[in-house]
Formats: sequence, structure tokens, C-alpha cells
Amino acid sequence: MSSLTTVIPKLYQEYSTKTPKKLKIIDAYLLYIFLTAVIQFVYCCLVGTFPFNSFLSGFISTVSSFVLGVCLRLQVNPENKSEFQGLSAERGFADFIFAHLVLHIVVINFIG
Amino acid sequence: MTVEVQAKTRLPQLSSDKQLTFIKLAVLSMAAILSFGTRLFSVLRFESVIHEFDPYFNYRTTRYLTEEGFYNFHNWFDDRAWYPLGRIIGGTIYPGLMVTSATLYNVMQFLNITIDIRNVCVFLAPFFSSLTTIVTYLLTKELKDEGAGLVAAAMIAIVPGYISRSVAGSYDNEGIAIFCMLLTYYFWIKAVNTGTILWATMTALAYFYMVSSWGGYVFLINLIPLHVLALMLLGRFSARVYVAYSTLYCVGTILSMQISFVGFQPVQSSEHMLALGTFGLCQLYAFTQYLREHLSPANFELLFKALLTTLLATLGTALVALTLTGKISPWTGRFYSLLDPSYAKNHIPIIASVSEHQPTSWSSFYFDLQVLVFLFPAGLYFCFSKLTDANIFIILYGVLSIYFAGVMVRLMLVLAPVMCIVSGVAASSLLSLHVKDIEPKVEKHEKKKKHENNLVFRSEVGFLFVTVLGCLLVSYVFHCTWVTSEAYSSPSIVLSARAHDGARIIFDDFREAYTWLKMNTPEDSKVMSWWDYGYQITAMANRTVIVDNNTWNNTHISRVGQAMASTEDKAYEIMRELDVDYVLVIFGGLVGYSSDDINKFLWMVRIGGSTERGRHIREADYYTGAGEFRVDADGSSTLLNCLMYKMSYYKFGLVYTEGGRPPGFDRVRGAEIGNKDFNLDVLEEAYTTEHWLVRIYKVKPLPNRGV
Repeated sequence: MSSLTTVIPKLYQEYSTKTPKKLKIIDAYLLYIFLTAVIQFVYCCLVGTFPFNSFLSGFISTVSSFVLGVCLRLQVNPENKSEFQGLSAERGFADFIFAHLVLHIVVINFIG
Repeated sequence: MTVEVQAKTRLPQLSSDKQLTFIKLAVLSMAAILSFGTRLFSVLRFESVIHEFDPYFNYRTTRYLTEEGFYNFHNWFDDRAWYPLGRIIGGTIYPGLMVTSATLYNVMQFLNITIDIRNVCVFLAPFFSSLTTIVTYLLTKELKDEGAGLVAAAMIAIVPGYISRSVAGSYDNEGIAIFCMLLTYYFWIKAVNTGTILWATMTALAYFYMVSSWGGYVFLINLIPLHVLALMLLGRFSARVYVAYSTLYCVGTILSMQISFVGFQPVQSSEHMLALGTFGLCQLYAFTQYLREHLSPANFELLFKALLTTLLATLGTALVALTLTGKISPWTGRFYSLLDPSYAKNHIPIIASVSEHQPTSWSSFYFDLQVLVFLFPAGLYFCFSKLTDANIFIILYGVLSIYFAGVMVRLMLVLAPVMCIVSGVAASSLLSLHVKDIEPKVEKHEKKKKHENNLVFRSEVGFLFVTVLGCLLVSYVFHCTWVTSEAYSSPSIVLSARAHDGARIIFDDFREAYTWLKMNTPEDSKVMSWWDYGYQITAMANRTVIVDNNTWNNTHISRVGQAMASTEDKAYEIMRELDVDYVLVIFGGLVGYSSDDINKFLWMVRIGGSTERGRHIREADYYTGAGEFRVDADGSSTLLNCLMYKMSYYKFGLVYTEGGRPPGFDRVRGAEIGNKDFNLDVLEEAYTTEHWLVRIYKVKPLPNRGV
């Protein structure tokens, strides 16, 4: 257990020094989405899932936003340049917007 | 196919890019046109009618959709089916097919092309198979190269396994579902290869279309996660796969829940749990990979172990708790019968009774796929020899669908496209390998000289090989055309036979009977028949039926089976209980139509006896002492006195059917019937069609008191 406490600060330090600023912004967004999802989940555990479609659309909306954010982060990360050949950050962002459009039109339809 | 390759060699000049594009375009469009044209046999021979049983329901709902609009269609409660229960149509169908044809119809009307909705329905399946041809080309191109794409496109245009469900007039979900499936695969491969969110979202949209049109989407949503899992196991999981799958799963899941028939299943039923699990695994995998990159191995291991134990513990308890409390539904019968072919036969007679749910015999593999059966392994070899992410997908798809096609005849449909794709790869690779040898070596002669000396008669062997393969492919074309014309192009609603002198006789008894019902019975009368004919009666005769082809209520069907299998008195009680006015039976004994109700009768007995109220009906009672099913004098007395027997053979004992035979000779069973002289007490004959194919009886009212 003692080593866990040493590993995590080390990880944090490495993260704060080596990650580009662009990615840090995305990470802040991801953290925000993640907290939203946690709040939703706790709420549903306490109150129940009664309008199941509303809960699902809300929860899936946050999960998908998170996942899409991660995808965007992967694509703009300079370390992954070789994976995504010929894919600029702008193109990645446009795709991100498109996926969000599709997703949220459906979410609004489903939320009831 | 071979033509394409030969044409390239024959062109006078060295082929420029333009010529090549032109040839590709020509071959592809010819394949698309061919796939439309070869499906028109039935329309040319008979007329532009809807075939089979299920399509009549689809046709009826499509008509309703075009007349009443989408919202009424969505809220439609159908009181013509499943009397007295009715059926909520909007929530119990996959609306993709109807919406597609209604949209096409409206577009055509907008363009002032006045086409009847019936013709839209009849020609929808051929039209979509043209589109399938094009998508197959694109998919195979993504897997291998353009040449393989063209061969695969040409093959799928005429493959009988697919034609069987998509001839003109067979207006069924599968007709468009195969197109949707291949489109989803194409987008998926694109997404995996490029790793863009755009293609992954397109995959989700195509998946939505697939979900809206066919229940077989479950195959797809299990195949794609399997592909991802396989990539993980092979160590090929990359950020691209992560992007493709995560986006697809998130957007696809919520999209699929918009279909009201699917509802919350994607997050509740076990069939979808593989996809959910893989999604979770993807996240974990990506996260650990991120950690691995940023930590020293020792530290990483420590953190990884701590994370893994907590996660597994929570997941395990959650899964057990959810299953125990019933949040995750157990697997449905149809799914079990996929994994264990004998499951349905032992447990659910209604599933086993449908002929298309039977296991496939090996000969029908050859019948439906012909040369593809032999090319498939070769294609697999070529896929393995140059393993890519996309090739792994197609290998998985091929192997899985071969298994499923072996379990159920109807899933041959899922197998046919992958057979074409893999065989296309094989044929194209083999041909390009050997055509190279035949070509007169003008250029590159010097460089290649070393290798060419290795083998003697290289060009002769190449020539021989190309000829043999060409012959095989030509025989494939002939076989496909023959199968299409002979086996798959007869609408079961209009029958045809050959007279002794070779002339064609048309039996149009079904429509005759349905029209009689429509014209001569009260609007609200209830018709009882075996469930096969339910959709046709509601669609063509516009009368209420007790059971129909949507076999959702087993006890109700069982009740009808009991009525058919009982004696007249007992049956009369059941018919009074179900409020039946007319009874309709199909009888083929006069003209030799073998799929009539007497031949289906054992299923009625089995299904009738499968519920609590039908315990007294035992299959063994309907066999002779020697265990045979006979309708002649040796048959069991239970059979000879049941309602179905009496309705089929009423007054048949007076008819001479074949020269040199006694009256009452049944031409299907090849026997003189055993019980000729009887009267019907509770029924009266209302109508019998020209060739006795359909017989309609009216249920008599209760006798007057004191008589």
C-alpha cells in the first residue's frame, strides 16, 4: 500500500510536466464529464431509474461525450501521429462535432 | 469475372487509367443490373404479385403507412389479427422495410412518377440487391483490391443463397437487411482502417438502419465486439480500433433503442452483453495502455493489479446481482437454438415447426453456393497469408456464419455474402497470379528472367489453370440462373404445374378463396385457419383471423391446433369459445399440392398437445399401430375422425382423381382415403375452390332449443 502512495504522485508529476496544454484542456473537459456521470449514477442509485428512457439518455449522453472526448484526445495527441496518418486536429474536431450532432439529436428524441 | 480480366488484355493500347476506370464502372454496373434482372423471373412468368406468407403482412402495413402516415402507423392497434387479443403493430415490428418503401413511394410521387405502392413493394428487394452488389464491391475493395471487389460483386449478384430471399415479390425484411448489414461492415472496416470518428458514426447510422429492419442485427452486434476482442488477443488493438468501437457502441446503442420493438433490450438482454462487456474492456485496455506509457514497469504492475482486483470484484457482484434480480433477461429460445441445434426441437415445437428453422443439409450448401464452397477455403488462405485488421474481421465473419448457416437454413442468407467476398478474393488472386504468366512478356523481361527459369511450361500451366477456373465460373453462372428460375421464382400464392402435354397449368385457388371470403362473408366474421395463412387472409380477404404468422402467443395457436385435432364435438366447443365463423383449410389431395394442411397436421397435433389444456392430445394416437402416418383404411381412428381430416376429405370419396384408381384417391399421400362416407354435423361447406386447394366451412349456429 505504501508504494501505491508513491506511485500516484509520481504519475501526477509526470502528467503535469509532460502533457501539452491542448490535451490538458481536453482532460479538464473529460474530468468534468466524468464527474457528471458519477453524479447521475449516484442519483439513480438513490432515487431509482423510473423514467428509464430519461435516465438512459442522460447517462449514455455523458458516457458518449466522455468517450468521444477520449477519441478526440487520442487523435490530437502528437504521440499517436503514426496511428492516424493524414488526420489533422481540425478534421478530428469536425468529426467530433458531427458525432455529437447525431448523438444529441437522438438523446433529445429519447429523453421524453 | 473472367471477362473482365480478358478484356483488359485484349485492349489495343496499353491500358491507361481512364480505360481501367471505364472497365471497372462497366463491370460493376453490369453486375448491378444483372442482379436486378435475374430476380424478375417470377414477375415475368406470373405477374407482379407479393409472394409467400410474411410479405403479405409487410405489404399490408406498408399500405397502411402510406395511407395513414407515420404517426398513425406507429400507434396502430390491429384488431384483425389474433382475435380476441389484437396486436399492437407499431411496437412489435421492425419498421425499416415499410418506411423504406413508403419513402421511395413518396419520392417517386413527388417526381411525378405514378407508381403503385404494390409495385414499389414487389421491386424493392431486387433494387436493394443491386445496391448490395455495389456495397460488396466497396467492402471487398477495402479488404483486398478492386479486382477482387469486381469478382465478388459479380458473384453476389447471382448467388442463389441470397436470391432465395430477394426475388421480385418476396417483400421481406431480409431483402433490405443484407444490404444494411454489408453497409455496416463496410463502414466498420473503413472506421477501423482510418480511425476517424466520422466513419464510426456512419457505422452507427448504418447499424441503426439494420436494427430498424431485421432481428438479425443481433448477429452484427456480436460479431463486431468479437472482432475487437480478437484484435486484442492478437495484440493488434490500437487507438484506431478504440475510436471506431467506442463511438460505434455509444452512438449505436442509443440509436438502436429508438426502435420501439427493440426498446431497452440493448442494455438489458444477455444477447447484447458481449458488446457492453467489450466496450468496458476497451476503456480499461486504453487506460492501462496510457498508464503503461507513462510509468516504469514495476510501478505500472503494482497499480494495474490494484485496479484490476477492485474492478473485477465490483463488476462480478453487479452482474450476479442484476441477473438474480431479473434485470438482465435470460436468453431467448431462438438464441438457444442457435447454440444448440436440438434445443428448439425438444422444447418449443412452434420454433421447430417452421421449415426455415431446420438444420441445413450439406447438399443445400452446394445448391445455394455451388463453386463458392470450394473457393471459400482458398480465399481464407489468401486472407491469412496477408493478415490485416480487416482480414481478421472477414475471417471471423466467414467462420461464424458457416456455423450458424449449418444450424438454421434461413441463416444461409447471412453466409452467402461472405462466401462471395472471400471467394472473390480467392478467384481474383488466383487469376491475377496465373494470367500474368500467359501474357506475352514484353516489358520487365530482363528483371524477371531469374524467377521464370524455375518452372517449365509456366505459361501452359497458367493457361490451363485459367481455363479451368473460367469453366468453373461459367458453370456457376449457369447453375445460379437455373436455380433461380426453377427453385426460387415461384410465388406460393399462384401455383403452376405441367400438364401431360407440357402445357402450363396455373392454379390460382388461393386468391379465388380469399376473394370469395372478402365478397361473401360479413365484414366482422372471424376466420380460423392454421397460422401459416393468417397474414394472407387479413391482407387479401380483409377478415379477422384467430392466429397468424407472428407466432407470439403459443397457447392461442395451441388452441387452434387442438380444435383441428379433436373430434367434431370437442372442436365445436373450442370454436364457440374462440367465436369462429368460418374455418379455412388447404387441401392438396386433388391436384397433388404437397404442402397442405394434412401434411402439416402432425405439427398441429404437437403444438396442440404442448400446452396444459391440450394434454389429452397425444401424437401417438394419430399413428397406426406400426407407427405410420396413414390416411387410408389402415390409419388410426383418431386421425380418421378428427376435424382436420373431415374438413379436408369431405365429399372427396366421390371424386375420381386419377385414371385406374378408386374414387377418393389422394394424390399427395398416394392412397385411397379410409373414411369416405361421413357427414359434417357442426360445419357446413361454404366454398371450395376450382382445384379444391382451399376449402372454406361455415360454423353452424347452436341448434334451436328442443330440436
